[in-house]
Amino acid sequence: MTTLTLALAQIKTKLGDVQANLEKHLAYIDQATSQGAQLVCFPELSLTGYVLQDLTSTVAHKATPDDPIFKPLLEASHKTDLMVGFVDEDERHRFFIAAAYLSKGETVHVHHKVYLPTYGMFDEGRFFAWGDSIRAFDTQWGRVGMLICEDFWHASPPYLLWIDGADILLMHSASPSRGLDEHDKMDSSRWVEHINQAYSSLFTNFVVHTNKVGFEDGLNFWGGSTVFDPNGNLIAQAPQFEESLTLATIDLNQLHRTRARLPILRDERTSLVSKELNRILNKG
Amino acid sequence: MNNLQSRLTINTDLARKILVSFIRDEVTRVGIKKAIVGLSGGIDSALSCALAVEALGAENVLAIRMPYKTSAAASMNDAQLLIDQLKVESKVVEITSMVDPLFAQFPDADSKRKGNAMARARMIVLFDQSVAFNGLVIGTGNKTEILLGYSTIFGDAASALNPLGDLYKTQVRQLARALNIPSPIIDKDPSADLWVGQTDEGELGFTYNEVDQLLYLLVDQRYTRDEAIAAGFGIPFVDTVIRRIKQNQFKRMPPLIAKLSNRTIGYDFLYLRDWGT
Repeated sequence: MTTLTLALAQIKTKLGDVQANLEKHLAYIDQATSQGAQLVCFPELSLTGYVLQDLTSTVAHKATPDDPIFKPLLEASHKTDLMVGFVDEDERHRFFIAAAYLSKGETVHVHHKVYLPTYGMFDEGRFFAWGDSIRAFDTQWGRVGMLICEDFWHASPPYLLWIDGADILLMHSASPSRGLDEHDKMDSSRWVEHINQAYSSLFTNFVVHTNKVGFEDGLNFWGGSTVFDPNGNLIAQAPQFEESLTLATIDLNQLHRTRARLPILRDERTSLVSKELNRILNKG
Repeated sequence: MNNLQSRLTINTDLARKILVSFIRDEVTRVGIKKAIVGLSGGIDSALSCALAVEALGAENVLAIRMPYKTSAAASMNDAQLLIDQLKVESKVVEITSMVDPLFAQFPDADSKRKGNAMARARMIVLFDQSVAFNGLVIGTGNKTEILLGYSTIFGDAASALNPLGDLYKTQVRQLARALNIPSPIIDKDPSADLWVGQTDEGELGFTYNEVDQLLYLLVDQRYTRDEAIAAGFGIPFVDTVIRRIKQNQFKRMPPLIAKLSNRTIGYDFLYLRDWGT
């Protein structure tokens, strides 16, 4: 049996204090590895906090060994693989909401958020540049894809990662609670859980979601991080609202069993999708 | 309409958990452990006080009653019920001697001016005690009154944080019941008690039950005026409420600053209050 022990580090962050957040990351990584974690996932913008506004340009870092924040994280990645959230500044000084996958001292992949919510309470497009690629990448646990919050509110990024070979989707968010009604979870929490469960079912994939907790002014981040298996079953869930480390061991052979029963991936007609999409987009 | 009422039903366990965490988090992140609440004897301040006690502990909350000479004795007594139940530290600070000299200078001041002055005198007491007690002032304004502008700017609208600001009055009642606020406080007619016989619903001209349903459609569900009327609300009622929402936007904003420089507070100097905490 090939297993992977995941740790969902559902943390509070200190807004704009990257050093303090780094120290919390290292403490959680220590705790997670002492419990056997092989991949530790942190939430969106875990090194900076979420509502950065004019702090954006002051908290940017590069996922390189000479960066003072990434150096200790890359060292820690010899003990366990890591997914962290940060502000990436490119060589032309554009700022991106970014997720980095670190392993064995290397930055394996950096994803730039491709959908920046700029409506309602969200104002990301005002401060950040839009990412322009969606790529899966290889890890020692198989092929993986990373998406950041609004990225997976759109159906196409998870679909593209699936077609690009990702069997494990690592989603992370800084998702504020909203929509209080008679249910025991907020609208936003229920919605995110539904779609993550749907992706795991539709793609016969593992879907991991790590969300932050705590407050930034009046915004409350609800946590409730989840792991769904290729059958669409909930494997683990972190508590709502509370800072926590949740470990979950997934059996990677479940991909084999589920896809033997349900060959949705085998039967997916990508050429048909491509042909029809081209027709639709080019018909004008 | 019954269906609408049910859409204002909240999960009180969830609301309680979030608001208690909110108070604890936002007070303690600035290195403070305590809070101050002005108790009027009404449901909003009772609920804010109970949430603050749950968040910070009774020993860290100071409840202050600030009667004027015409304030109803029942208000003081109802507030006492809550103080006894929560076992919270309390003070009585009369505002009569603060505001009467002002009223003596302006004998023609109407009840609106007097009410505003009283609300602002209470604000002075609360923010003075905030320093003396080393606690943050917890607000008591609900979403209904904020939207309708049924408050005094720089008076009862002033606070450091306002846990009830996204709950309609009818939702405040649900949460108050869940926190076992004494029933005389929940059941009585809401009143600012600024003059004898004043009631909110008498002064506003409609009930909280009615207006909360309309506000829910207009604000939360983004209904247009005509859609709200088609949903069964009277034309004068809808127009009155829309006018109040617009007219009172100024109470929901910091003072306007005229832009001169390249970087101006409020326009392009953008940081959360929780910056660095």
